[in-house]
Amino acid sequence: MAQPLVKKDDDRDDEVDYSPFMGIEKGAVLQEARVFNDPQLDPRRCSQVITKLLYLLNQGETFTKVEATEVFFSVTKLFQSKDIGLRRMVYVMIKELSPSADEVIIVTSSLMKDMTSKTDMYRANAIRVLCRITDGTLLTQIERYLKQAIVDKNPVVASAALVSGIHLLQTNPEIVKRWSNEVQEAVQSRAALVQFHALALLHQESFIPFSENFGIRQNDRLAVNKLVSSLTKGSVRSPLAQCLLIRYTSQVIRESANTQAGDRPFYDFLEGCLRHKAEMVIFEAARAITELNGVTNRELTPAITVLQHFLSSSKPVLRFAAVRTLNKVAMTHPMAVTNCNIDMESLISDQNRSIATLAITTLLKTGNESSVDRLMKQITNFMSDIADEFKIVVVEAIRSLCLKFPLKYKSLMNFLSNILREEGGFDYKKAIVDSIVILIRDIPEAKESGLLHLCEFIEDCEFTYLSAQILHFLGIEGPKTSDPRKYIRYIYNRVHLENATVRAAAVSTLAKFGAMVDTLKPHIFVLLRRCLFDNDDEVRDRATLYLNTLGGDGAVVQTGEDVKEFLFGSLDIPLANLENSLKNYEPSEESFDINYVPKEVKTQPLAEKKAPGKKPTGLGAPPATSLSTVDSYEKLLSSIPEFANFGKLFKSSAPVELTEAETEYAVNVVKHIFDCHVVFQYNCTNTIPEQLLENVTVVVDASEAEEFAEVVSKPLRSLPYDSPGQTFVAFEKPEGIPVVGKFSNMLRFIVKRLIQVLVRPRMME
Amino acid sequence: MELCPSIKNILLLDSEGKRIAVKYYSDDWPTNSAKEAFERAVFTKTQKTNARTEAEITMFDNYVVVYKFVQDLHFFVTGGEDENEIILATVLQGFFDAVGLLLRGNEDKKEALENLDLILLCLDEIVDGGVILETDANVIAGKVDSHSMDAGAPLSEQTITQALATAREHLTRSLLQ
Repeated sequence: MAQPLVKKDDDRDDEVDYSPFMGIEKGAVLQEARVFNDPQLDPRRCSQVITKLLYLLNQGETFTKVEATEVFFSVTKLFQSKDIGLRRMVYVMIKELSPSADEVIIVTSSLMKDMTSKTDMYRANAIRVLCRITDGTLLTQIERYLKQAIVDKNPVVASAALVSGIHLLQTNPEIVKRWSNEVQEAVQSRAALVQFHALALLHQESFIPFSENFGIRQNDRLAVNKLVSSLTKGSVRSPLAQCLLIRYTSQVIRESANTQAGDRPFYDFLEGCLRHKAEMVIFEAARAITELNGVTNRELTPAITVLQHFLSSSKPVLRFAAVRTLNKVAMTHPMAVTNCNIDMESLISDQNRSIATLAITTLLKTGNESSVDRLMKQITNFMSDIADEFKIVVVEAIRSLCLKFPLKYKSLMNFLSNILREEGGFDYKKAIVDSIVILIRDIPEAKESGLLHLCEFIEDCEFTYLSAQILHFLGIEGPKTSDPRKYIRYIYNRVHLENATVRAAAVSTLAKFGAMVDTLKPHIFVLLRRCLFDNDDEVRDRATLYLNTLGGDGAVVQTGEDVKEFLFGSLDIPLANLENSLKNYEPSEESFDINYVPKEVKTQPLAEKKAPGKKPTGLGAPPATSLSTVDSYEKLLSSIPEFANFGKLFKSSAPVELTEAETEYAVNVVKHIFDCHVVFQYNCTNTIPEQLLENVTVVVDASEAEEFAEVVSKPLRSLPYDSPGQTFVAFEKPEGIPVVGKFSNMLRFIVKRLIQVLVRPRMME
Repeated sequence: MELCPSIKNILLLDSEGKRIAVKYYSDDWPTNSAKEAFERAVFTKTQKTNARTEAEITMFDNYVVVYKFVQDLHFFVTGGEDENEIILATVLQGFFDAVGLLLRGNEDKKEALENLDLILLCLDEIVDGGVILETDANVIAGKVDSHSMDAGAPLSEQTITQALATAREHLTRSLLQ
């Protein structure tokens, strides 16, 4: 039963807007802050002022550089007071103000004094503040105290130092690495959270980049292995630490060699965690098991049992976590999840709509053919209750379901067309249309009804884009059906009733029908002639074009193949190149010849790894033109003048990775073999967003390849983030005889750091 | 390798979605307007739900948000989409219960604003730069309470230690005058 929000009593109405900060204004508070400079400090008053300052900052108020500096200096005076409460507020204030390096010096000595104070709270918090505002030089000064703090008896102090260490790894990893002895001792701490923080720090330490310039990462995998082994047998004191351990274990499992025979290492540990007291641990372990590489059904079973149990928990967080995980599992192991179907079905009516949607989409993945109809009925009631973003998820799941059970297309197609008629935004409708299109393409029996559903939809469609795309699609599929005539009425009505874009699309579609189906030509010609009187230029132009090219002037004759190709074939020239050529063309006696437009695109990025389970494309995605790689290499190399006289390309190797995975600059090389030459094509990718590389070359050490002589090196002028580029080095080689050589490669470049400048637009008064 | 559980933000909003106390631990919202947009979005999304008996949960924009309401206070904790939801819920519960202890059961906006210092200290004791410091509400409230004494509150509401401390303070002040 829902509880009412705030009781609207009469008395309360007066107080509704009351706030101790009512009417607060930055200038006034900054004035008040002068009280920090009093020789006799009033701790209560000072605390109140600090609270007001923090309130202002919290509400989004900003201090100018001058104001911030002034406040900071005043606050530092407050170290003279011994009041504990005030000192605590001072710590918070300093962290909020984020003083600059030269300002920090003022408080360093006070904070260092606190860091060695007898009061535990001072030590813990001073450490946190110091480490937040420090730089490298100060850090080396206080390092000794931090190491002591890590093994301090008081757990609050130890945690403060360890957590600060975790943050400092980002900026001063070399320093933090020196603490590993103390951190290892802290891992054995009896205090639960200290162990957790120590584990977190210890693990992160093993993954520090060895040297950012060379982009080499030094992973101490053996150390992680050892750590995990010792702890899984030992005592782990807090659920958080146990969760960390589960995550490290999963990582170790991921990176260890695939053992086909026998159990995975550490699987028993994960499975044992399913029986832990704490829910966060049980869930972490279950999730980890479901995410194991190539996990088997046998390995999954205990995890799924536990998740199934969570499905009926009274806590929404547990239900959500479980159903989200099961949803992911259902994508790859639907059979393993079917046991949960009954629990899932009861979740369809869950008050939490996220949970309900996840339950439905999971059922759609795990359902069998006989449950489809029942599911559809339940979903129909459900759809009206949820927001567009959830609906799209459901629609896509229904599409997958239909492809899985093509015989059920009728009820699923009906469902889709029903929801298409209802209210909804563009993305939602597009998702439905895309689904129907895919079903039409992949399930032949569904074509006729699908096309009719789409026709009915465009009679009342508010989105020009969708109408145009559907008309285009009708033009492709309609003529192939057994009775194309029945679609003509729908299409022609668009010519009367819609805006210019849709009308033009409809004209083209009519023409397609006329071109593909000879018997319809007379009818089409009549309709097209009427379009000659349209208001819009494009519509009239298209009608004229089609009337003049389709041939026969209304008689039932065949349209020539070349005409069809001209009118409706795809343009295999990149539009950008065509545009450029047209711009460069100067009117002369020679007319513009489209054959001279270059067909290849400038850069040749190698195909990136596609995510598994790529979604099928609906409307609007042009068919991918696949030039074979050999062709594209040939074109690329022949467009480079330095290689022009090398002759015909004999063979190109597959790309060979020259850098480890996850390095900052990824390079692979393709070896192109000519008669007397070898060209190394280095494909480079820069993965650092803040950097722009210029003048990228590869310096090749061919001292172990005596038969080869370097002839030319072609640098890559600019390599921005995430935009792969190529640099080449060519060698001469003796012709005809087999030669072998070893080449060492070094990437050389100029790095430019990109600094983002945020410009705040002027506010209009 | 980022395997440590991390919190992206903790929000305490009122019943109209306005800020009472917020703390962000991630660069995902670099400007104040980005933060406010997020708060508006999360508030609107959760407004009509009933999160008073049990903590509720939702997802949007690749974030997982757990939340709980009491009177006119709306508590939110946000994590990345791959974060363990139950860990987030534990942090939420710690914050929620600690605030309840600190406000001595008067969990409403007025009380929260009058004790904003306690709430800000509370946030400071729960998460440091995204890393979870403490989840036990008693421990959190204990750390906050021992550092702040509200001299405005009548002595009867304070513990003995606090009363003595206040008395000592008054004595010192009167001696110095």
